[in-house]
Amino acid sequence: MSAAPATDTAPLLELRGVGKRYRMGETDVDALRGVDLAIARNEYVAFIGPSGSGKTTLMNIIGCLDRPSSGSYLLNGQRVADLDDNALARIRNREIGFVFQNFNLLGRADALHNVMQPLVYRGVKLRERRLMATAALADVGLGDRLDHRPNQLSGGQRQRVAIARALVGKPSILLADEPTGNLDSTTAREILAMFAALHRAGNTIILVTHDAEVAAHAERTVAIRDGQVISDTRHMAEDAAHGAAG
Amino acid sequence: MARLAEALRAAIGAIRAHLLRAALTVLGMVIGVAAVIAVVALLQGFGQSITQQFRNLGANGLVIMAYLPEKAALEGKTARITPDDLLAIRQRVAGVRDVVPLLPLAQFSATVRYGNRSSNTSVNGTTSGFPRNGARYPVQGRFVVAGDDTTRRPVAVIGQTLIKDLHLPADPEGHFIQLFGTWFKVVGVLNKVGSLVGLIDRDNLIYIPYTTAVSLGGTVTAPNIVIQLDVDNARAIKPVEARITAVLRRQHHLRPGEEDDFKIQSAAELTKALTRALDSASLILGAIVGISLLVGGVGIMNIMLVSVTERTREIGIHKSLGATRADILLQFLLEAVLLSLLGGLVGLALGYGIGKLVVHLVPAFAGAIVPGWTIALSLGFTAAVGLVFGITPAAKAAALDPIEALRYE
Repeated sequence: MSAAPATDTAPLLELRGVGKRYRMGETDVDALRGVDLAIARNEYVAFIGPSGSGKTTLMNIIGCLDRPSSGSYLLNGQRVADLDDNALARIRNREIGFVFQNFNLLGRADALHNVMQPLVYRGVKLRERRLMATAALADVGLGDRLDHRPNQLSGGQRQRVAIARALVGKPSILLADEPTGNLDSTTAREILAMFAALHRAGNTIILVTHDAEVAAHAERTVAIRDGQVISDTRHMAEDAAHGAAG
Repeated sequence: MARLAEALRAAIGAIRAHLLRAALTVLGMVIGVAAVIAVVALLQGFGQSITQQFRNLGANGLVIMAYLPEKAALEGKTARITPDDLLAIRQRVAGVRDVVPLLPLAQFSATVRYGNRSSNTSVNGTTSGFPRNGARYPVQGRFVVAGDDTTRRPVAVIGQTLIKDLHLPADPEGHFIQLFGTWFKVVGVLNKVGSLVGLIDRDNLIYIPYTTAVSLGGTVTAPNIVIQLDVDNARAIKPVEARITAVLRRQHHLRPGEEDDFKIQSAAELTKALTRALDSASLILGAIVGISLLVGGVGIMNIMLVSVTERTREIGIHKSLGATRADILLQFLLEAVLLSLLGGLVGLALGYGIGKLVVHLVPAFAGAIVPGWTIALSLGFTAAVGLVFGITPAAKAAALDPIEALRYE
């Protein structure tokens, strides 16, 4: 419930008293209760909490997959709670890049087409889509795997395709939900190193995890429990501290 | 445009991913369209061959024959067209030519003999003007000439079927055949005109001079004849018909109010009436078979609903990447329409194939013709079925909540 530490710039996103109430059968469940949070551009934030804490709900609201039941959410100065479905879809398309625990790649499409897909919804022309997607895949080290389908790629490679897809449209925020949850520890380290490098390159990253070790890679940890922020601490990111390269 | 092209590409991809399922889904559609196309193709082919055959009668031709209304028949009246009527028309009706009598002596019931072979055939008496009325002409020898008529010569012009049936020599001119107990000299062979819808052999007939036929008729003083004539100007057919009606009513002493005891048929009218009947038959049959398309549509809806459920997660991914409801709707709608159209196209080809096959196997059907309107209609209809039955699954997909869709296992 502590307010975010002051930052130099105006916050990229700002939540004020955000609550989310679900109806489960006969009873109402409060997934979030009055969350106040501000995140500035180029922050690397980890949301940490046990399952059922509300961290995923928080991520869904920040990612514009869901609307808060109460409170307000400003993204880039825009009030998101008032927007209709189409406007939310547009924000997801332009402002948010999702990375999921189970990759969520399109199984029938090869790596290139997976990465091109968000650009389709932006109305980018095919030739340009191809160029942008190829570059994004090269950036994550998969320049030679363009025509591989997800089932022809390893878990780490799949997650890198997902990262390329999340970043291809130059979003404001990279939202990663347990991105290392389905990966072995070596691959997980690779992915986290990549996140660190992306952060150094100027991306804003929000990482949702239940794993304190993973959260330690961020430079700020927001702990959530029972739908509330119970702590918000800044620390030296682990990778930076150990000087690991991306 | 980029979105539409991409949606189309994705729809094709989705269909290709489950090719067998797609094939089974559209099977109903394929069968429905194939049935419609085959039925229409055969009816239209049938109609066209009939039209062709009537055209052989001559576009300007009129046929006048006796016709007794039922009521008059009950009153004991008789109807006949006599040689006097023929004269009256020749003298009093302007704008006509080749007014010739046709005296049908037998319809496929006359026994004709050559050597020890015999066959049944039709015999008509007519005069020299006749062949110009129709599309018949001698390919060997000559037709009935004026001299045959005046001297009642026992000569015969025969159709080509008889050469085969009677084992006549290929050049039968000068050979004698026996008809009604009389010997007739073959003086000509007619051109081959083929059969009427494959059932009635129009090359199995004999023409003899009109006067010869009258004398063979025996005791009948005024034979009942059929008059054929050509109207000079096709546009004058109606007034000529009216004039003939007036002349014949006077000839037959019909009082005003009494029904005509004759019929005037024009080839053009017959053709038109027949074509119209066949067109409406095509439409009705097509509509009935078209109901099967609706059944096919239900099949498509069913599979699309299954597909939406199966791809819930995929839909969630697309939504997380910024797809709007409209994007998802378009995607699934396109898929349904594409599936449906695919069925339509395959059905079209199959139906045409079936039509061709039937034509090949059943000689009664002269040809299979698929008119452009049928293709347009069946493809339009299949697309519409896809659209109508695709909308529910597509709307269901579009309305999915992105979070729940992403969470779907």
